[in-house]
Amino acid sequence: MKVGVVVFPGSNCDHDVYHAFSHVLDCEAMFLWHGDETIHGCDLIVLPGGFAYGDYLRAGALAALSPVMAAVRRHAREGGLVLGICNGFQVLLEAGLLPGAMRRNQGLRFLCQDVYLRVERNDLPFTSRLKVGQVLRLPIAHAEGNYEDAPERLDALEERRQVVFRYCAPDGSICAFDEELNPNGAARAIAGITNEHGNVLGLMPHPERSVEALLGNSDGLALLAGTAASLLPLGEARA
Amino acid sequence: MSEANVSAPARRPNEPTVGPALAAERGLSGEEYEQLRAILGRDPSWTELGVASALWSEHCSYKSSKVYLREFPTSGPRVLQGPGENAGVVDVGHGWVAVFKMESHNHPSYIEPYQGAATGVGGILRDVFTMGARPIACLDALRFGEIDAPRMRYLIDGVVRGVGDYGNCFGVPTVGGETAFHRCYNGNILVNAFALGVARKDQIFKARASGAGNPILYAGSRTGRDGIHGATMASESFDTESETKRPTVQVGDPFTEKVLLEACLEAMRTGAIVAIQDMGAAGLTSSTFEMAGRGGTGMRLDLEKVPLREPGLTPYEMMLSESQERMVVLAKRGREEEVERVFRRWGLEIAEIGEITDGGRALLCFNGETYADIPIEPLTEQAPVYRRPTAPPPDLAARWEAPALPEIGHPIETLERLLDTPDFGSKRWIWRQYDHTVRTNTVRGPGGDAAVVRLKGTPSALALTADVNPVYCQLDPERGGMQAVAEAVRNLACVGAEPVGLTDCLNFGNPQNPHVAWQLQQSVLGLSAACRALDVPVISGNVSLYNETQTDSGPQSIYPTPAVAMVGLIPLLGHLPESHFEQAGDRILLLGRDRAEFGGSAWLRLLYDLEQGRPPEVDLEAERNLALLLRELIGAGLLSTAHDLSEGGLALAAAEACFGRSLGARLEVSSPFELFSETQARALVACPPSHSIEILRAAERHGVPATEIGEVGGENLGFEVGGEIFQAPVARLEAVWERALPKALGL
Repeated sequence: MKVGVVVFPGSNCDHDVYHAFSHVLDCEAMFLWHGDETIHGCDLIVLPGGFAYGDYLRAGALAALSPVMAAVRRHAREGGLVLGICNGFQVLLEAGLLPGAMRRNQGLRFLCQDVYLRVERNDLPFTSRLKVGQVLRLPIAHAEGNYEDAPERLDALEERRQVVFRYCAPDGSICAFDEELNPNGAARAIAGITNEHGNVLGLMPHPERSVEALLGNSDGLALLAGTAASLLPLGEARA
Repeated sequence: MSEANVSAPARRPNEPTVGPALAAERGLSGEEYEQLRAILGRDPSWTELGVASALWSEHCSYKSSKVYLREFPTSGPRVLQGPGENAGVVDVGHGWVAVFKMESHNHPSYIEPYQGAATGVGGILRDVFTMGARPIACLDALRFGEIDAPRMRYLIDGVVRGVGDYGNCFGVPTVGGETAFHRCYNGNILVNAFALGVARKDQIFKARASGAGNPILYAGSRTGRDGIHGATMASESFDTESETKRPTVQVGDPFTEKVLLEACLEAMRTGAIVAIQDMGAAGLTSSTFEMAGRGGTGMRLDLEKVPLREPGLTPYEMMLSESQERMVVLAKRGREEEVERVFRRWGLEIAEIGEITDGGRALLCFNGETYADIPIEPLTEQAPVYRRPTAPPPDLAARWEAPALPEIGHPIETLERLLDTPDFGSKRWIWRQYDHTVRTNTVRGPGGDAAVVRLKGTPSALALTADVNPVYCQLDPERGGMQAVAEAVRNLACVGAEPVGLTDCLNFGNPQNPHVAWQLQQSVLGLSAACRALDVPVISGNVSLYNETQTDSGPQSIYPTPAVAMVGLIPLLGHLPESHFEQAGDRILLLGRDRAEFGGSAWLRLLYDLEQGRPPEVDLEAERNLALLLRELIGAGLLSTAHDLSEGGLALAAAEACFGRSLGARLEVSSPFELFSETQARALVACPPSHSIEILRAAERHGVPATEIGEVGGENLGFEVGGEIFQAPVARLEAVWERALPKALGL
């Protein structure tokens, strides 16, 4: 099982994702260069946070056109796992691998704070170690996390159970219009979604920043560890 | 090599005539112009005048502050590089070094807050990665005027966005700093940006040229006309025309900076780089001249090779542009391609623009014609130095008269009024806009005494804090300087860290005013005395003078603001106390003894508009003992809470300690004044009841007075004063504190 962390010019959470998989979870991990048209046989592709291409034009817009994304698309089409975190989620939206779009946060400011997320489904490889209704505390750090789509498309998203994480209160209740709980104003408090096949996941919060008790929070561990474990052959799943 | 009386480079038709009048316009005094003529043995050309006026600007030459800066202790067992390079370097063990510096961007931020603050952050980050270190944390010390002053909300909003957007995009966590408001900054805000980087001890890069024939490479953004004369502008007072100086402010591009960082660190690993220097103030001029000056070499630049953003820039403009995100890289001849390949891979432009020569002269050519031919060392090393006349203010004795103390009827109400000021209110509105968790090292982020970042791959962590109390400095600059250092040491001790070095931003008014020169001299004496007593070397820093504005009632100067940022080492990161209360039932102890000191106190200033009296005495031995005690207690894992007492005294410290987990507390004092006195060398700690005796014993051993004064628990913060209880729900106080700043900003 090999994790590939894509490095776009301007990615700035690439080292953090690499650290989480390689040093904390003891997985084989490598960096993938944006200009290469290959993913070097990696099983899990992570598009990390940051400001790929400076977010010029629109967040993720230029990164979605880079050579490595052709290989990532192919990987996704073949059922391979792709995880986009923060700016990586924005890239997945721009690349058409996930539906919808991001607007600027409702307060028009960059926000860095902890949020609570409710897990909406656990039948995905990414969420196999989470429980439905479980509440995770994870940090966000972005200026454009205000997820939006046309109402009928949002309805369709809900119907197909593509919403994986929602911003919530510490007790799991959803208050989509609470500025503290859903600080960027995302439609229907959507924090993370998957594609129809459930092999591509994008989310705004940063699980890789919450994998060590030393930093005060390890709520992101189960998400990353579960994702990695889902790729191991049966019988080899790590404890 | 030819000496002096070289024939002057020809005057080009579109160039102004150089003489004392033009030199004065460019900021050179008559005397300085004569000195320049003596060095050249002739009249300077237009380009030469531009180069000299930039190098000899206050900003680049430190001509008015140099004599004082010599007071600083700059060496120590851990110091590998003191002042004089892009940033200082200290050994932090396990083969790692910490590289850090703080720098001001005051003038540009007042003219254009967003770009001014952004490029301030960009500049300090480049200073750190130029040394081969990867930036891992930033602090920002911001000082604004009264929120209702003209333009102030615009300035606050722009500065906070500028700091945030640059650091967030670059990918460095902004883990702390300080923000304060005072009318003395109404016409001159202060933006002091600090960056900390880490590198392997054997992989430090310096900006010292060597090796005639080695190619000088230009890397990064293209050169435009932005920021021309920025260094000179930053060395002047403001007048009503300052708004028109907007073109002297640079424009930042954090994306390019991030890519430049990666390219530089990668290129350094090739082994093909001799020296490297970023282009900051005075751009291509200061970077190349300083590099050659330090190495004692000469250089030739062929300016037609400089990558330009638009055609038609003159050599003068190219030498003085302060376009951002640019580096000068000196490569080993024959290996330049290895360096160039790395920069191109990261999508950056790189061009050979000249080479190092023997003989110590700078030859600036453009399409084969000479525009400047000047000796480097006399310009960089023999810059004018002034010992400006100093004089204490005539009303010093009156300022020091002890203030008459108002009654404190209900101490909780007094506290609540203090919490309702932007000064004491929570700064979350600001730091929530800064990414403070990227790079996954942040153990303690903004909002506490000191921030803590772990050092990956080692058992250690670094702690950071920025401090100064300008009101104390205004009343007594020497004591104010000492207090800034003492408070920084105390803040570090509250997370168990031992200081390894300090960097400073000396923000003052016009040094040609003898009272301002006196403030500068006294502050440096205070800083130096405290640094010596507490074993903290000064390893880098910057001076920002001329922070004054011409008004109808004469020049208005800022209060002396010698901001310090200090870095501490936690050799073995274990259990750290929080700055807030953690557990109901914990005992609260006060370390240090109150001496009823109210001079310059926040209580009198914020509630009675009274800035009166001598600021609290700074007992450096008591500070040293307290810091040793705190580090020992924290190392032994005895404390659940440690919070330093500073502005606002015990009452403020207790309230802040309650807010973290919304836990109440009851404290006993003998007089309400004890709650608001600002006596130094004190800290509030809390511990499980079983540890209390051990802590009191350790305190006695260290000669630190310690008293158990209360207990954590309940929903109220209560003060028991001589048997009478005053209390309020923590939730109410916390709501006031949370809302104070946004409310004052009208949000």
